[in-house]
Amino acid sequence: MRPRARLCSVIAGTAALALAAAACGGGDGGSGGGDGVVRASWGDPQHPLEPANTNEVQGGKVLDMIFRGLKRYDPESGEAEDAMAESIETDDQRHFTVTIEDGWTFQDGTPVTAESYVDAWNYGAHVDNAQVASYFFQFIEGYDEVHPTEEGQRPTADTLSGLEVKDDRTFEVTLSEPFSLWPETLGYAAYAPLPRAFFDDHEGWLAKPVGNGPYKIDSYRQSQGMTLSRYADYAGPDRPRNNGVELRVYTDNNTAYTDLQAGNLDVIDDVPAGQLANAENDLGDRYINQPAGIIQTLSFPLYDRGWRGEEGRKLRQGLSMAIDREQITSRIFHDTRTPAGDFTSPVLGDNGGFDRGLCGDVCSYDPDRAKDLIDEAGGLPGGSVTITSNVDTGSHRQWMDAVCNSVNNALDQRDACTVNPVPTFADFRNRVAGHEMNGMFRTGWQMDYPLIQNFLQPLYYTDASSNDSGYSSGEFDDLIDRANAQGDEGEAIDTFKDAERVLVHDMPAVPLWYQNGTAGFSERVSDVRLNPFSVPVFTDIKVG
Amino acid sequence: MGRYVARRLLQMIPVFIGSTFIIFMMMYALPGDPIRALWGERAPDHAQMAAMREELGLNDHILKQYWDYLLGLLQGDFGTQIRSRREVTEVIGDALPATLRLTVMAFSIIVVVGIGLGLVAGLRAGRKTDTAILFVTLLLISLPVFVIGYLYQTYPGQQWGWITPVVQDSENWGDLLLPALALASLSLAYVARLTRSSIVENRRADYMRTAKAKGLTRTRAVRVHLLRNSLIPVVTFLGVNLGELMTGAIVTEGIFNIHGIGRLVYSALNEREGATVVGVVSFVIVVYLVVALIVDLLYAVLDPRIRYA
Repeated sequence: MRPRARLCSVIAGTAALALAAAACGGGDGGSGGGDGVVRASWGDPQHPLEPANTNEVQGGKVLDMIFRGLKRYDPESGEAEDAMAESIETDDQRHFTVTIEDGWTFQDGTPVTAESYVDAWNYGAHVDNAQVASYFFQFIEGYDEVHPTEEGQRPTADTLSGLEVKDDRTFEVTLSEPFSLWPETLGYAAYAPLPRAFFDDHEGWLAKPVGNGPYKIDSYRQSQGMTLSRYADYAGPDRPRNNGVELRVYTDNNTAYTDLQAGNLDVIDDVPAGQLANAENDLGDRYINQPAGIIQTLSFPLYDRGWRGEEGRKLRQGLSMAIDREQITSRIFHDTRTPAGDFTSPVLGDNGGFDRGLCGDVCSYDPDRAKDLIDEAGGLPGGSVTITSNVDTGSHRQWMDAVCNSVNNALDQRDACTVNPVPTFADFRNRVAGHEMNGMFRTGWQMDYPLIQNFLQPLYYTDASSNDSGYSSGEFDDLIDRANAQGDEGEAIDTFKDAERVLVHDMPAVPLWYQNGTAGFSERVSDVRLNPFSVPVFTDIKVG
Repeated sequence: MGRYVARRLLQMIPVFIGSTFIIFMMMYALPGDPIRALWGERAPDHAQMAAMREELGLNDHILKQYWDYLLGLLQGDFGTQIRSRREVTEVIGDALPATLRLTVMAFSIIVVVGIGLGLVAGLRAGRKTDTAILFVTLLLISLPVFVIGYLYQTYPGQQWGWITPVVQDSENWGDLLLPALALASLSLAYVARLTRSSIVENRRADYMRTAKAKGLTRTRAVRVHLLRNSLIPVVTFLGVNLGELMTGAIVTEGIFNIHGIGRLVYSALNEREGATVVGVVSFVIVVYLVVALIVDLLYAVLDPRIRYA
């Protein structure tokens, strides 16, 4: 019997070793996260952390902490308020004089001057620097010279001719056209000032970015995480109420959710789709579900004969009325989307031009009226319609099926609407850009800044950059131009809303729903909320 | 022996070139454009796209691109990522420590527990212990790795609170225990089954009878003769398995949030980061080739009848 005993002891020994290791590992579940430090989930930023090279939320999260620009969007109202700007003055909505506050410094001790802004903007705009958010500078005169639009063209200037430094605290900006709300765009991270170190030691700066915001970066390990602490000499009013933030990279938001429940994490800013049904139960009032600046729409190929003219217009309105938005948002999205009643987003607020009732009946579910309108127009072109989208991300497949179901029920016809899935996003966008659509297709818009202008002009102005449906209306374009030239903000917003009413009449796209941002937080922290870009307002979070 | 190793090492060169070429071509053939993807849902900037393609050499003929890549590789340059503009060597270097730790742990568990269970089952073939081990191993083989992963995460991790359910620090051995167990489960069961059948077969071999007749104790006969001879198929399996552990941990790495090679390849594939995918795959090919060589050399150690010249 001896040999057997020995074998067993080997196995028992291994098991004991495993348990011992388990015991060692279990001890310090809440590693990291020192006193008063917020532990938050993060994703790898898609681009290097340069202000003008960030167009997604993960990089934006860090930039929001380490930079303050001329303006800052109030987390509650979404309104642009002065941050570093002392004043931005104009007489003609085209020439602006910007004066910055005194006393601001970068985290390396150098002062923030007018030059810090002008240099940063020139860098961001220049085509050779390959910044993905360059288009933010397109309103400034001389943009075409530093950033030609045609392939193969070389820039003919090194700097924007519309920027001029007056003195340490003043610079002048000339836009290529009047744009009354331009100062309100300046809260976006792309407009942040940059210290000399950014230009002198670019590699070093990227390894550990230095800004002028409420937090400074202590350590940054790419693909792993980042620790930030309070910047003691921060000159703005929104000083952090915690000692710092630890950002941890999660490759899967389900894992982050698990860690939140295990008490290893304090803030997650994207509740996984699979957990939405449980989140309210699991987290109670520690679950946040609030509007983000994103609207989802279905666009029509107005370049296709079948969708044109007065009959096309009736078809489009009819289809809009055939969609039961209420049911889809509650059943499929667990109320993390709300039915859309205009072409903007709730984050704009009523003063900013949001108006849930603007679309009126045309965006309400009315199957009988929908059927009448479509019949009046002579039925769907070719007898049926498709909805095209990529299906590799999100829950696109599910809601498209639901929309089609809704249309089929309204028209009382089984195959009136079918889903046309495209495997990858890239492929889908190529087809959209190539005007290859013949039915409805998915379009969505995430705002650049919380302004009504941003929800209308880039999408529906003739030949605008994201005008995928090929919509062109002289009336709409005129109203947009007029609104941009108006000096009074309230009047400008009213004129933008008039332009939006043209869209309701023409229906180049059907507003589906406003997207919400979701978040959850642990019992260890309080005062967590999301800003209009769905980024947690870290400076407000209290620990303990 | 020395000449054999030299020959094998030389053979690696064409294999390496051939496989990197195939992967390179496959990445090229995939639909989707990594440059276009930089702009996401937004309208892309055509001038900038053209400039970036020019800079990255994406306008060249595909064979020229491959040639340039190969030349770079010879000088230790694995290329740069398109999105993050980081060196691929640096990116792989960041992901490697976690993967290596996870692999070492999982592999040790597989070897010790797998062979141990197989040996016990084989020596007690047909008895209750054997049946119990058969049951456990069949269970492990039939459960997909994500089920095992979530089970481990939910019970010892979340419910009983023995161990942190998600890896907090990819370089902490204790944290890596759960994922290593999850990762090891399937292969462990295979190794146990393989060892068992091999042991059962060899238990009645002539050399065992001879060993007993010589008067060797049972322990010594089992350890020196039976186990050693029975391990040849197991070692073959373990060799292949080592490569799989290094790259096939995508699911496990995701569940436990480990920033390793598996996740790196997965995201690089999604983002069409050709240089990263080819870089990682080249690295893994080298691992496979070296392990295969070591396995072949081990045969000779295990079975003295096998000789290489």
